[in-house]
Parts: sequence; C-alpha cells; structure tokens
Amino acid sequence: MNNSGAMRGALRADVATAGGRDAPALSSLAVARLVLARDLKLALRKRSQLVQPLAFFAIVTTLFPLGISPELSVLKPIAPGVLWAAALLSSLLALEMLFREDAQDGTLEQYAVSGRSLTWLLAAKTAAHWLLTGVPLALMAPLAGIALGAPGAALPGILASVAVGTVALSLIGSIGAALTLGIRRSGALLSLLTLPLDIPVLIFGARATELAIRGEAYGVPLQLLGAIAVLGLTLAPLAAAAAVRINLE
Amino acid sequence: MAWTWFHRLASPPHIYRVAGRLTPWFAWPAALLIVAGLIGGLVLAPPDYQQGDGYRILYVHVPSAWLSLMAYTTLAVAAGVGLIWRMKVAHAVAASCAPIGASFTFAALVTGSLWGKPMWGTYWQWDPRLTSELILLFLYLGYMGLRSAFDDVQRADRVSAVLAVVGVVNVPIIHYSVIWWNSLHQGPSVMMLGKPTMPPSMLIPLLIMFVGFTLFFGALLLVRLRGEVLGRERTASWIREALRP
Amino acid sequence: MSDFWLNGENVHLWRGDHHVLRGVRFEVRGGECLQLTGANGSGKTTLLRTVCGLAYPEAGEISWCGEDIRKDLHSFHAQLAYLGHEPPLKAELSARENLRYWIGVRRPLTREEIEQALGRVGAEQWAERPARTLSAGQKRRAALAGLTLMRVPLWLLDEPTTNLDAEGQKLVGALIDEHLQAGGVAVAAAHHELAVSSAQALRRLELAVE
Repeated sequence: MNNSGAMRGALRADVATAGGRDAPALSSLAVARLVLARDLKLALRKRSQLVQPLAFFAIVTTLFPLGISPELSVLKPIAPGVLWAAALLSSLLALEMLFREDAQDGTLEQYAVSGRSLTWLLAAKTAAHWLLTGVPLALMAPLAGIALGAPGAALPGILASVAVGTVALSLIGSIGAALTLGIRRSGALLSLLTLPLDIPVLIFGARATELAIRGEAYGVPLQLLGAIAVLGLTLAPLAAAAAVRINLE
Repeated sequence: MAWTWFHRLASPPHIYRVAGRLTPWFAWPAALLIVAGLIGGLVLAPPDYQQGDGYRILYVHVPSAWLSLMAYTTLAVAAGVGLIWRMKVAHAVAASCAPIGASFTFAALVTGSLWGKPMWGTYWQWDPRLTSELILLFLYLGYMGLRSAFDDVQRADRVSAVLAVVGVVNVPIIHYSVIWWNSLHQGPSVMMLGKPTMPPSMLIPLLIMFVGFTLFFGALLLVRLRGEVLGRERTASWIREALRP
Repeated sequence: MSDFWLNGENVHLWRGDHHVLRGVRFEVRGGECLQLTGANGSGKTTLLRTVCGLAYPEAGEISWCGEDIRKDLHSFHAQLAYLGHEPPLKAELSARENLRYWIGVRRPLTREEIEQALGRVGAEQWAERPARTLSAGQKRRAALAGLTLMRVPLWLLDEPTTNLDAEGQKLVGALIDEHLQAGGVAVAAAHHELAVSSAQALRRLELAVE
C-alpha cells in the first residue's frame, strides 16, 4: 500500500520529464536515428523486396534496345531519356514499401500519437527509403548507361544525377504514398498522381545525364535537381504527414 | 461583423440560394460577351499576315487555356480553405471546379492541336504550352481519380485537398521546367502570331473573350456547386423547402 | 488523487450520414477507469480515437487537465498511451525489438526497463522470436508490455483483453489497477468486465447504436 504513493510520485515525475511539460528527454536526431534504424533493419530482413525495383529497372532498360535498335549509336542519344524513364518507374514501384505495411499493422498510427512530430518521423522514413531504393538505383544507373552506349567518362555524372534525383523522387513519392494509404490496389492511381509531379526531376535529371554523356559540364541541371530535392525536403514530409493524419481519421 | 458573413458563407442552404440568384448575373453577360468576341474575332478582325485566317482559333484556345489554369487555382484555394477551416462548402467548390477545369484543359488541347495543324502540318507538337496543358490535364485527372477512390465524402474532400495544394505549388515548377526543356532542344516555338504585338482589332475581341470565358466559368461553377451541395446534403431537412416549386 | 482528469463535453461525430457519437459526455479523474460498453458499431472505437485526437468531432470538446486537447496535441499525445484493436507490432521484428523502436521513439529506454516489461507479461520465452511467429495472445501481451513501458498518465485501450486467456485477463486487470493506484486515468472499451479490483474506481459509459 505504501507503494501507491511512490508510484504516484513516479508517474507524476515521469509525466513531467517525458510528458512534454518540460523539454522531451530524447533529441530529434536520436528519434530520427531510431526510425531509420528500424526501417533499415526491417528491409534487410526482407531482402527480396529490395531487389525487385532494381530488377524492374534492368528489365525496363532492356526493353528499349529490343524495341528500337541494337545499335549503340542509335541508343546513345536516347540513353538519358530511357534511363530516367526507367528510374521514375522503378521508384514508383518501390513506393509500396514506404507506408503501406506500417499503415496496416498499426505502427504508423502509433507514430501519429507518439507525441513526436509526425513530419519529422516521416522525413526519417523517407530518408531510409532513399537509402534502400534510391542509392542502389544510382549505383545501377551507370551500368545501364554503359549498356545504352554511354562512355566511361560519363559514369560519375550519371551516378550523381540519379543519386540526387532519387532523393527528390522519394520525397515526391512519399506524398502520393501518403495520399493513397487506405486505397486498395492503388498502383495506377499512385502513378497518375506522382508522375506529373516527377516531371521536373525527369527533365533536369535527363539533361544532366545527357551533358555527362556528351562530356560537357552538367553542373547547372544538377543544381536545379538539387534545388527541387531541397524544396521537397522542406515541404514533402509536411504534406505527407497531413495526408497520413487525414487517412487515419 | 465580417466574420458572420464568412460563417454564413459556410452554410449550405445559404450557398444554394445565393448561387442560384447569382447564376443569371454570370450567365447572360457571359453569353453576350462570348458572342461579341466571336463576331469580333471570327469576322471583324483582319487576317494575320503569316497565318491567314487559321489563327482565329486562338480566340477559343487562349481563353480556354487561361481558364484551365484559373480553375485549377480556384480549386486549390477552395480546397485549402476547406482544409484549414474545415468548411464543407469550400470542399464542394473545389469538387465543382475539377470537371469544369478539366473540360477547359481538354478544349485548350483540342483547339491547340487544330491550330497547329495548318502551321506545323501535324496534329501534335511538343511545344511548351501544349505540353504544359497536357500535364495540367493529368493533374486534373489525378485529382478526380483520387476523389472517386474514397467512399467517405469527407475523407475524399480532405485527401484531395492536400493533393490540390501540393499540385498548385508544383504547377509553376512544372511549367518552368517544360519551358526550359523546350528551349534546350530548339523545339517548335510557342504559338505566337507573326507580329510581336497584336493590333487592337485583333486584341480587343481576345480580351472580350477572356472576360466572357471567365464569367462563363463562374456561371458553370455556380450551377455545378448547387448540384454538388444538393448531393452532399440530400438527407438534410432544408432540401425539401428549397426544392419546393 | 485528482492530478489528472479527462473530460468530454457534448461530443458529436458523423461518419458520412451516420451520426456515430451523439452528444457524448463523460468525466474521469485520476485513479478512475471509464469502461465503454455498447454493441458493435455503437462508437466505442470512434470515441477512443476522438479522445486520442485521431478523429475530429464535428462538435464538442475533449479536455485533459482542464485544457482543450487541440491546443497542444503533441504534448497531449506524449501523455497518453493508445492501444487499438490490433497490437502495433512489426511482423519481422522480435517483441524485444518492437518495444525498443515503438516506445524508444517516445522516451529514452534502457535495456533493463525493456526486460522488466517483458518479464511482467511473461514474455521471456518468446521475446526473441519475430512477431509473425507469435500467437494472437502473445502479441497482445507484447502490446501490454509496451503499455507499461510508456509511463503515461492516460491509457486509452480498445478491447485490451482480446485473445487473452483467463490469466491474461487477470494481468490486464492488475496492470490497470497499478495504473489507477498511481493516479493514472484509464478509458477502456471492453465487452466483458475488466478485472479491476476496486469497484468504486470503475465507471461505466454505455454507447448506443443509432
């Protein structure tokens, strides 16, 4: 019975420190690290899921030579467009794993009532998503470039442009994924919503890749790509959080 | 005092009545102006020195394109208001704008294509304006598709409102990137007329058409809004009163 | 005993044309548990989610310690634990890992605390296995372990005894007891009686279907 007094005191003390009346005892960075670690750990336990978007990227890239011509001289001028179209479509495919499972098992809801900024938590999730899908894509893109006739000197440029572009694609995609959370078989709708918003990324990314293949300076489009990524970083998680909250209502 | 006006605006029966009374004030001037503009543009204005009579379709094409953008902006603003202040009527306005805006976009694309045929010889060219209109059409279709994916009207309203706000922020970015893309590749130039400036006899009918089309959009919006409000409030008691002959 | 209190005033909520919550009114003080009863579809889950701030009522107000929860939803969330129908566990993570990532986001956790919580619900045997291999009852116990780890004054529980055997139901009762004795507030939607020891601490709110 003496316990209850102590427990009450403990509860009140706990509320005071962790309950938000004083500053939270956990830093935002630590929270982001936890979210990131969780998503990375989960993805690595289902490695097959990670390979699928990459396989898709490879297959789509292969379709174009088969449909157009085996001549590298014909493929080289269209290589940037083919590469980026394939990258956009693969990133769309990968969006499935961003929120869907969390929405279904209730962990996304727990994030929404955790007392933490949902915007920040979703930003961390999107960062994990980029590490798991965008970075591998960026590493694969130079290989696809070679297959489409790009010279060896172009490879760093291709990697850089796809690496930055996929940041923007993950962020823009997170909005679409959040909007279509509750919808069954949302694949086509997700594409319709996300692809028009991806067009600037496609335009600047393809231009950077094209300049890299031609051996020219690709700084300008790469910077524009970076600007979109930065804009996305500030706005996309906010919009995604709003959409998630509405879908949880 | 101003706030009571704002809150009355939020009441569906009030909106229904007001929209009904305003419609003729938009519809009749719109009809008159459009007829006047068409006469001015199709009959009275001189032929262009480069395109002959083929340019006249711009009197429908340019206002349509302008309205397609204005409708999207109206949609996004209404959706934003509905999202922030939780006003049902604002969402109804957004929902009403969508099919109207999409139709204007489609009209702009068709008239743009018809205009291009005598100029370029083909029914389609990837010039920046047509390309932007096409992407805008996709934005409209996406908005309407997202709406229809939800059974619960309230959720459909709010989710699509987020999409609309995101979309309207992106429209200038998309438009700029399309112009940039087009300029790089020496594509077909924007559909301009031969002379850099238009003579008044050509310009005035165009301006008349602009105003007429805008009023036309207003009239269409009011009519659709009434229908939208009726549909949403179909179980409410004021409906029977309002529909009494 | 009244450091904490939860108040609901004239709460109305519609789902489409369906008037789910019709002027719901309640007050729960520290040391009290409000049990929500009612048939399926009467709005128990909706009311819990409205108190949580997840659902937005068309009219009415929820207050926590005298303040409208909408004023500072984040700090309100930091003071509550919400357990829905399904235990919020990632299938590929173990119970131990689930707790770390679920509660760890809310407050700093030590390994000892996690072990203590797992021991409290009898999870020592299966704490390492991925959650997808656990039975429904074990998953529920893991969720309860999370509940004890949260150390918050307000508990919102939706059918906390689902899938639990008699011993598990006693555990739920004991946990709620301890929580109430420490001055906490609990609101639980439950079909059968919660095994709360003090009858005075248990209040009831019956929700009716439209």
